[in-house]
Amino acid sequence: MTETLIQVDNLKKYFPITGGILQRVVGNVKAVDGVSFHINKGESFGLVGESGCGKSTIGRTLLRLNDKTEGKVLFKGEDIHSYSKEKLRSMRPKMQIVFQDPYSSLNPRIKVGEAIGEALLDHGLVSPRDVKQRVLETMRICGLADYQYDRYPHEFSGGQRQRIGIARALIMNPEFIVADEPVSALDVSIQAQIINLLSDLQREKNLTYLFISHDLSVVEHLCNRVGVMYLGSMVELADTEELFSHPLHPYTKALMSAIPIPDPTLKRERIILKGDIPSPANPPSGCKFHTRCPIAADICKQANPEYREVRKGHFVACHFA
Amino acid sequence: MSIEQTAPITKTPKAQKVASPWRSAIRKFAKNKLALLGLIIMIIMILICSFGPLFSPYNIYDYDYTVKNKAPNASHWLGTDKFGRDILLRTMLAGRISLMVGLVSTAIAVVIGATLGAVSGFYRGWTDTITMRMADIFLALPTLPILITMGAILSDLKVDPSKRIYFLMLMIGVLSWVSLARLVRGQILTLREQEFMQATEALGLRDRRKIFRHLMPNTIPIIIVSATLLVAGAILFESALSFLGIGVVPPTPSWGNMITAANSLIDFRKRPWIWIPPGMCILITVTAINLIGDGLRDALDPKMKK
Amino acid sequence: MAKDLVEFKNLETHFHTSAGIVKAVDDVSFTIREGETLCVVGESGCGKSVTAMSLMRLVEMPPGRHAGGEILFEGKDLLKLSKREMSRIRGNEIAMIFQEPMSSLNPVLTIGEQITEPLALHLLLDRKAAKKRAIELITLVGIPRAEEIFHSYPHELSGGMRQRIMIAIALSCDPKLLIADEPTTALDVTIQAQILDLMRDIKRKLNTSIMLITHDLGVVAEMADFVVVMYAGKVIEEAPVLEIFKDPQHPYTKGLLKAKPIINEKKERLYSIPGQVPNPVDLGDNCHFHDRCEFCMDICRTKLPPLRVHGDHNHKTACWLYEEEGKAQ
Repeated sequence: MTETLIQVDNLKKYFPITGGILQRVVGNVKAVDGVSFHINKGESFGLVGESGCGKSTIGRTLLRLNDKTEGKVLFKGEDIHSYSKEKLRSMRPKMQIVFQDPYSSLNPRIKVGEAIGEALLDHGLVSPRDVKQRVLETMRICGLADYQYDRYPHEFSGGQRQRIGIARALIMNPEFIVADEPVSALDVSIQAQIINLLSDLQREKNLTYLFISHDLSVVEHLCNRVGVMYLGSMVELADTEELFSHPLHPYTKALMSAIPIPDPTLKRERIILKGDIPSPANPPSGCKFHTRCPIAADICKQANPEYREVRKGHFVACHFA
Repeated sequence: MSIEQTAPITKTPKAQKVASPWRSAIRKFAKNKLALLGLIIMIIMILICSFGPLFSPYNIYDYDYTVKNKAPNASHWLGTDKFGRDILLRTMLAGRISLMVGLVSTAIAVVIGATLGAVSGFYRGWTDTITMRMADIFLALPTLPILITMGAILSDLKVDPSKRIYFLMLMIGVLSWVSLARLVRGQILTLREQEFMQATEALGLRDRRKIFRHLMPNTIPIIIVSATLLVAGAILFESALSFLGIGVVPPTPSWGNMITAANSLIDFRKRPWIWIPPGMCILITVTAINLIGDGLRDALDPKMKK
Repeated sequence: MAKDLVEFKNLETHFHTSAGIVKAVDDVSFTIREGETLCVVGESGCGKSVTAMSLMRLVEMPPGRHAGGEILFEGKDLLKLSKREMSRIRGNEIAMIFQEPMSSLNPVLTIGEQITEPLALHLLLDRKAAKKRAIELITLVGIPRAEEIFHSYPHELSGGMRQRIMIAIALSCDPKLLIADEPTTALDVTIQAQILDLMRDIKRKLNTSIMLITHDLGVVAEMADFVVVMYAGKVIEEAPVLEIFKDPQHPYTKGLLKAKPIINEKKERLYSIPGQVPNPVDLGDNCHFHDRCEFCMDICRTKLPPLRVHGDHNHKTACWLYEEEGKAQ
């Protein structure tokens, strides 16, 4: 029996482009353009795509760090975008985020211990007397040592900072964590440490993740289900195993074949996409991928393919799938 | 290429002291010889002006016509003016006034500027628009003519010379908050976009905590730096106005009105001891403050390189 | 066997910082042969970029300092050349492309002006010939509508296009060696695939040697003929590409290979190398990897392992596990 934790229906997020002396809206960057999916409780859902595909915007809109333009976001059946500021604030501990950049995500002037514990205090979830104990416990879980409590962020390496960011989210006892490219800024040997930490935490605390990444191999390792995005739209979504063994969308296939594999003996038939990613301010007509698609036909230029379920739990938006 | 790229900061031994951003700034400042020199000069200047007059055998209202216009000598180290007043004593007392005007008007400017800048940067929207348009208006006002006009009005209203300096402080302060407000606003706008501010939102921290614990401490460095430079500006302003006779007016001494002596050809050519000491004081003080300001800027570099 | 083009001999590049001396490149020796792609792989701070910058003589001094060693380019020691001679070699015989293509292009000059500049400077071409050559180069790096691109400005191009332009500029004077410092790190995967493909293509067509600096072992596997692994300023292993992936010797190299999740190879748990990269200030005369190594022995903490052949004749490793002293323990 799986319980749905997050339900996203036809979510749209446009960022207005202003121009001229009067700062009138002259266009929209369609960062997220009608995306629907759900995340089950206890699973880890991966979102992959290249820069500008809107994956980070979705993460932030789910937590209402951005306002949405249209559509629905339900957290345990409740529309958090309709909440008042005060009600939203009281909800915050339940859903947390881990950021990509371990440097800018920590305030350089606040000691690590305080940074991890301050939100607990601010929400009145723990008494000032007990906060240090709680922080130290959480730090230990995240692989940080007690003596680091009184240190400033600049004394830590990228990997350790990411642990601090995870501890800061974890201490709130969240049910849902958005991990926005948490390992992309880290070195390979450190990446593995953080990925293992995240998966250990998930198992122990029954957390639900939205794991955002551009790296398919990391997503494959960590996620149960994966959605592939291109220019603000979901092009394919399936269980991890299904997606990686039977990718249907030509973009998913290209993405998989573009990843360099550390095996020099491997000779692959590579799909190299032509051209660049179009700007989300001015996406192509019809299927947004048709400008780069190796199998594009006339219909792709005219009609936007329907996002449909082709096999159980396997959704794809392509005329030829 | 910087060292930071090649040198990741890694675990430090347990025994090491906690290197707070402030402490490393102080360490960096202490390494800057020119800034340190400026600081020492300023300390000496403040000490002399504060405590020097206590050791002087003279009184500033001693009009002793028997010793008027005397060149520096054993009893009057810097000579006397046309009323026979001791120049050294007057320079020290003038220093108190000038430094006071500099500090107080800067304090006023900082309070107004930092508050308005922080509010408009944090809340944005119409709050920001109103504040910044107001700032534009203040910036468009020609400062010197306004101060001159205000000075003339004060003279017209026959304001007591000893009270005048308070008006002067207020006026200089009110006219110089703009640059600071813009800096603070800009800084806060940049900080807002940093992920750690998004984190405070995701953690659901209260606005109060976001502003006072997260944003403000990160703007203090630029406030300190620009306030330091504002002090120098305010001292120059006061001197200019007093020189023109509309700032601090005699008998209250200020460096600016003491130099007025140079206006008279005979004092200018024959009695340099009357106007050189206050002039030198202005020059030295303003230079020293600027050196400190530059040193602080380097030390408090927001990137906080080690 | 191809001729040696560049030979690093015991290169030492140090930085003097307030915290102490950082030996960013510490006694590094390896050789780049003609027509070969050599990959220098390692994590941030391992000294791979500084090695390349030393070759280009672009290390800022101070705080940087060449503390010893030589870099032979076709037999001449680059470190002994005058500034004039060096700038003739730079751009003409050795060219470099960087990670961030936007900051390496001048935003106020057109692409055309930036490509023709080195042509006029180094090859003394007149304007017409330079333009013709520039158009050829733009076409060579796979950009359609070369004429149009010639007249556009950097901000009008995407990241991938800019990197292609950087490659075109680098190739303008037919360099013998192309240094690419993380050329695809800032790009998306599908664009990375294009650029890597282009670089392979260029190497085949022009027989240029490439020194490719990267942290991505996948890129190494696709591009390299020969691999140099660096850690904390030192070369810890070097071998031909097939050899290093088939039979990695140094525990660090092994760890790196195991730590990366690979697509379509599901692992329950990733292998992870514990700990952090050591602080580069005042490292001791021991194996710098010892505190993260699961095979650490007493000798590793006290003595520096030599970089030596163990087995295959051009596979060298600096690790006590393969030395008599180590085996004795």
